[in-house]
This record gives sequence, C-alpha cells and structure tokens, in this order.
Amino acid sequence: MSALLLHDAEAAPATCKHCGQPVAAGGDAFCCAGCSGAYALIHELGLDSYYARRDADAGPVTSEAALALDLTDQVETGEDGVHCLRLRVDGLTCGACVWLIEAALARRPGVVEGRVNLTSRRLTLRWRGPAEAAGALAGVVQRLGYRLAQMDATGDKDPARAAEKELLLCMAVAGFAAMNIMLLSVSVWSGHAQGMGWATRDFMHWLSALIALPTVAYCGRPFFRSARAALRAGGTNMDVPISLGVTLASGISLWETVNSGPHAYFDGAVMLLFFLLIGRYLDSRARGRARSAAEHLLALGRAPVTVLGEDGVAHVVAPASVKPGATVLVAAGERVGIDGTVTNGASDLDASVVTGETRPQPVAPGAAVFAGMVNLTSPLRIAVTASGQGTLLAEMVRLMEASEQGRARFVALADRVARRYTPVVHTLALGTFLAWVFGAGLAWQPALLIAVAVLIITCPCALALAVPAVQVVASGRLMQGGVLLKSATALERLAAVDTVVFDKTGTLTLGRPELIPDARRSAEDLAFAATLARNSRHPLSRALDRAAGPGMPAAGVRELPGRGLELDTAEGTVRLGSRSFCGVVDADTGGDSTALELWLSRPGRAPVRFAFADAARRDAAETVAGLAARGCRVELLSGDRAEVVEDLARRLGIAVWRAGVDPAGKCARLAELRAEGRRVLMVGDGLNDAPALSAADVSASPATATDIAQTSADAVFQGDRLAPVLELIDTARGAGRLVRQNLLFSLLYNLCAVPLAMLGHVTPLLAAVAMSSSSLVVMANALRLSRGRP
Amino acid sequence: MTSLLFLIPIALFLGLLALAGFFWSLRNGQYEDMDGSATRFLHDDDRPLPAAPSAR
Repeated sequence: MSALLLHDAEAAPATCKHCGQPVAAGGDAFCCAGCSGAYALIHELGLDSYYARRDADAGPVTSEAALALDLTDQVETGEDGVHCLRLRVDGLTCGACVWLIEAALARRPGVVEGRVNLTSRRLTLRWRGPAEAAGALAGVVQRLGYRLAQMDATGDKDPARAAEKELLLCMAVAGFAAMNIMLLSVSVWSGHAQGMGWATRDFMHWLSALIALPTVAYCGRPFFRSARAALRAGGTNMDVPISLGVTLASGISLWETVNSGPHAYFDGAVMLLFFLLIGRYLDSRARGRARSAAEHLLALGRAPVTVLGEDGVAHVVAPASVKPGATVLVAAGERVGIDGTVTNGASDLDASVVTGETRPQPVAPGAAVFAGMVNLTSPLRIAVTASGQGTLLAEMVRLMEASEQGRARFVALADRVARRYTPVVHTLALGTFLAWVFGAGLAWQPALLIAVAVLIITCPCALALAVPAVQVVASGRLMQGGVLLKSATALERLAAVDTVVFDKTGTLTLGRPELIPDARRSAEDLAFAATLARNSRHPLSRALDRAAGPGMPAAGVRELPGRGLELDTAEGTVRLGSRSFCGVVDADTGGDSTALELWLSRPGRAPVRFAFADAARRDAAETVAGLAARGCRVELLSGDRAEVVEDLARRLGIAVWRAGVDPAGKCARLAELRAEGRRVLMVGDGLNDAPALSAADVSASPATATDIAQTSADAVFQGDRLAPVLELIDTARGAGRLVRQNLLFSLLYNLCAVPLAMLGHVTPLLAAVAMSSSSLVVMANALRLSRGRP
Repeated sequence: MTSLLFLIPIALFLGLLALAGFFWSLRNGQYEDMDGSATRFLHDDDRPLPAAPSAR
C-alpha cells in the first residue's frame, strides 16, 4: 500500500491535469477550481480521450471564472420549433477543442446540432424544447473552460462578407472562362503559323466570344461599379482604365469576329479580369480576417453587467441593453461596464484606463465613474447616467471626429499613381489612333485595333496588383506575429513614420500592479503573505500570488471589503491589508509614498510592507532602443503624475516626456508634431487616448485597450510584449520598398511595351504573354516579404 | 476538323460542370471553416459526432 502511495506521489503531475499550467508540488492535480470542474465534467461525459487528442503544444485552456451571459434575446426560434443561437467562443486551440465542445453538447437532451467553426470561432447551437435551455447549454461550454460572448446584431448579413463572396464567385467564373478561352486562343495562334483555314479560326473566335462576353459582363461588375462611382465623384481611379480597357477590348474583338478578322483579344480581356480579381479577393480576405479577429477581441472584452431590477433581483445583461437610470452593481475586482454616478458604497477605483493615473481614486456617493475603470476594494451601486451629450464618451467622440478630418486627406499611393497614369494612357491611345488614321492614312478599323492594343498593353494589370499583393503578404506576416491590421492604407502611412508617441499606463506598462522587489523583505514573508492572498481576487492579492508563484492557499481566511484579509492562528490574528487595517502608524516607506501598498502584520513581529507598481512591459526598454535605432523619435505622453512618468521615462531611455496631459492636450501635442512635418505613430490604449489615436498619422493599440481605442486604432497587437510595434514598422517599411519596386517595374514594362503597341506590332499572343509575365513578376516580388527581412 | 464540332462543346460542358460544382460547394458553406475541417476528420471515429448540419 505504501509503495502504491509512493508511486502515486511520484506520478502526480507537476502540471495541472486540465490546463497544463504548473501547480504546487504535492498539492492538487489541478491549478484551480475551474480546471478541476472542467476535468470532472469531461470525465463524467466519458470524453477523456480529449486529453490524448489535443495538440501537445496547444496553449493552456483559460480557466477564468465564467461570466453569466444574457442570452434570452439572442435566441431565434424557427417554424419547426428548433431554437438557434450563435455565440463567439474564445480559447479554441485546435480540432480537439471543436470535438470536445461538439461531443459535450451532443450529450445534452434536445440538442439537434452544436457546431463550432474553428476559423470564425463561432458556435451554432440548435435545440428543441424550451428556449430557456440556452443558458444551460452555454454553461456546459463555459464549464469546459471556454469563454463565450454574444454575437453582434449584424450576424451573417455582414456587407463585407457578402462582397467577399461576390469576388470569389467572380474569380471562379473568370478563371473558368480564361482557361477555356486560352485553350481556344492557343489553337488560333498556332493556326496563324500553320495556315489554319479562316472558317475554323472564325469558329474559334465565335466560341471565345460566347464565353467571354457573358464573363466580362458578370465578372467586370466590381470594377465597373467602382469606376462609375469615381467618375461620378469627378475623379478617377485604377478601375477606370481597367473598365475601359476590358470593355473596348471585348467590343473591338467582337467587331473583328463579326468581320472575320484575324485578331481577337478575348483572352486578354478575360485574363486581365481574372488576375485583377485574384488580387482583389486576396486583399479583401486578408483585411476581412484581421477585422473579424479584431471584432472577436472586442466582443469578448465586453463583459456583461449586473443590473438591479425594480423588484430587487439582480440580472446579468449586456452593457448595450442597460437603460439610463438603472442601478448597476459592481463587485470588488470587477470592471465598471457603463458610465454612471455612484449612489451607494465607497471604494477605490483604478481609473488608469480613463485618465492614465495609476494611483487608485477614492469614490463616494455622487462621484462620476466611467466604463473601463476597475473597482478595487468594495462593492458599489451605480446609477447609469443618460447617454448622449455631456458624458465623457460623447466628449471623446467629438474630439475624435474633429481630429479624424486631417487623416481623411491621405490618398493611397496607388490612387495617386492612377490619377496621373490614366490621362496619360488615354491620351496615348487616342494619339495613336489619330496618328494612324490621319498620319499614315490607315482605315479607321485597323487603327482602332492598334489603339485598343495600346490600351490593353497599358492596362494597369501589374500596377493594380502591385499594391494589394504586397499588402496581402504584409498583413499575413503581421497576423502571424499577433498584429491585426485594420486599415487598408495603414501600411503606407506607417512606412513614413519618424516619431512614435506612447501612452504610459497599459501601453508601455502592463496596466496591472506588480510587486516591487525589496531586499528588506524575506522570501518567507512573501510566501506566507501569498497563502493569504490566494483567497482574494483583489488585484494586489493576485499580484502577490503571481510574485510568489504557485502554492497553497491558507484555510479560514476572512476578507473584509475595503480593508484586507484576516486569519486567526494559534499565535493571534494575522492581517494582510491597508496601512490603517494593519495598525501601522508611521513606518519607513523607503522614500516613496505614492506607490500602492499592502501590509502584513503578525503578532509579535514587525509589520512587513509590500509595495506595488505598474511594471513596464518586459521588452519596453528594448523596443524604445529599437525605435531609436530605426531613426524614430520617441515621446511619452501621459495623464499620470509627473514623478511616475519621469521615473518610467528615465528607466526606458525616453528623453521627451509630458505628464498630466488631458485628451485635448494629447491631440494638441500631436498637431504640434505634425505641424513640424513629422509623421507620428501613436500607441495608446485608454479612453483618454482615443482622440489622440485618431489624430495621429497612424495608430496602434494593444488588445487589452478599451473598445473605443481599439476601434480608432489602425492596428491592434496582442500579447504582453511591445515588440509588435517594431515589427509593424519594419514590415511597413519593407512593404513600402516592395510597392515602390513593383510600381517601378510596371512602369518600366509599360515604357518598353507601349512603343511596340503604338507601332502596331502587338498581337493578342504578345499581349497575353506580356500581361501574365508582368503580373507574375509583381506577385513573386511581393512574396519576398514573407521570407524574413526583405 | 469536324471532330471539333462535338469535342469543343464536350470540353466546355465538362468545364461548366466543374464550375457548377464549385458554385454548389460555395453556397453549401464548404469553405466556411477551412481550419476546422482540416482537423475534424481526425476525431471522427469511434464516437459519433453531432448530427450533420441541416441543409440550408
């Protein structure tokens, strides 16, 4: 028996059986109650093979306490009595997660279908029976350790998705047509060399026309629409010469076919459409994926809030459905989900997201609180203020609208090129036609054929692919590094950046307190304090726990809201908490009185102080140095107090910093920098950064940022590191280089081919070869970006 | 050369068939979850998966 026990102890894993995170030696097999529950549920359902099926290197399953969801208004009921619910799922790592969720749901009575989409991270649930089962079914998934969030109202009817599907259909049709016409064209071309009879050739041309004309009408729509919109607005874009080239080429080829002419450009016209549609589709897909990933992050960040109904019963609802005047409960450690006024309770709030200030702000009834603040010490009741003008959010939106107008003037490089290129090409074609008719005395039909050849040869196939091809590769590379690029022109704007402005709290720092190492404190003190702290979800307690590493919680600990933790031991009462709670009167705090602190008092011993600070991200100093090495000037703009900002700036090596700056002040500083001719990248995360983010030339924010900051940022980066900012600039600069190379190549190619076309030496064969080879060169050049540093 | 008169229509018909197949698969949602489908079959053995998705 003892041998068996010994064996068991040895075999006890040093990692949690469910999530794989390290646990205390000799302790439980699980790191937390959430994991233990999930393991028990999986075991109970007979799905143990999940652990064998999942990827060994899959990230840990999240075990955060599940938040209740308000699902009642999300359930759709079909005519056949089957209810349908769509939800976002977070924490999916591989196919095993999909299998686990689907298999667990299939074991529930009444479930018709539970299907997880691993790509879009969505769960579609269909079941018979009461609609109220929604909560229970969602609970199954939550107990497995996955987080769920509600879908937005738009659901499947997203216009961007519909446009993408249309492009894919157009691409498929164009591909089919291009290949079949090419098959016919190859025989026509070889027929030219071997003396094919005119009847056979015309037959081939008629067949080509039969395929090409409907294809052009169907697949050209995206281009025709855009060209028409541009012309109506009095401008021109890349789609104008494309539409004109394709239409003219098809028209003149039909004319040739009717008149039994030797040359038809059906293959060129359709191939052009096919290549362009490939570029368009890839571009839209890359952007669509980044956008949906960003939306996914936002939806998960929107935690439901607890509303106290008139009957005194608490309901959990989505923040958007809370009505002004309602009373909301905010527990200690919870994030405030709405703007409002405190009606009951007194607590400390971490307002760093809103103001940039790291020191907790005491609040009492009557104080205004804003969404994003974290309630630190004791529960609060908040009356939701009327939305609209006068709220902080409305003020931010007003500032943002004012500052965004500057950015709207930015014109993408490709459009600038198109603006100059289009008139030149059209003049050339017209000149060629006139020169042949009046100069060389040619009949108007052959002259028009030559002019059309000029248009086809100069049709900006490579030019139109030059930018999207690079953009697709660049955004793919950034996405692998955890950076989501939301705006189409962000890369171009990023490439020109020479100044980077950082916000402090939550951007350069992690935005959560970390224990400051102190030589006067022994490791034993820390380990003991951590056994108490593990019983609490207070941010400072959790920081203590993180600093001490995995361990056992002490039993019998009482939490006194707003004061601290208490434990009765044989020697007397041990306390961990605020200065007054621990009875510390005047202690030496080592010179800084501003930091967050906890005290540990034990009977018969001197109290021990634990000081906390919002630590800088691990690679913040390296990133700042890396930016300087890339020739960027780094500035720090913070709403926090001067001494904190100065200290951080000194440690990270940032020479220029400003403290106590309000949102309008940040915008003003950015305007100042731009007036100096600098191109500014703003990196920020808070509500107070949102106007500055839209005022800068280009902006980025961490995935932990507030809704409004993420919405106004051009790029969102995930993870605890700041290195993605460097990656963003590097990739953008590499992409800028490749785009310029591509444009240069396309122009060079046109420079060589146009004289040939103007002289009438270009046949459909030559046009097809020139067009496809230039497109392939441009694509291949773009692919270089995916392989390491360009 | 007369063989072309029926060979080319046959070729076009087969091509159209493939195109129709692609359209069908796109409408049917076969491309909705490329990552999931890639791993789904690995787990599709002894234990039955939930009922197949109802046709939409």
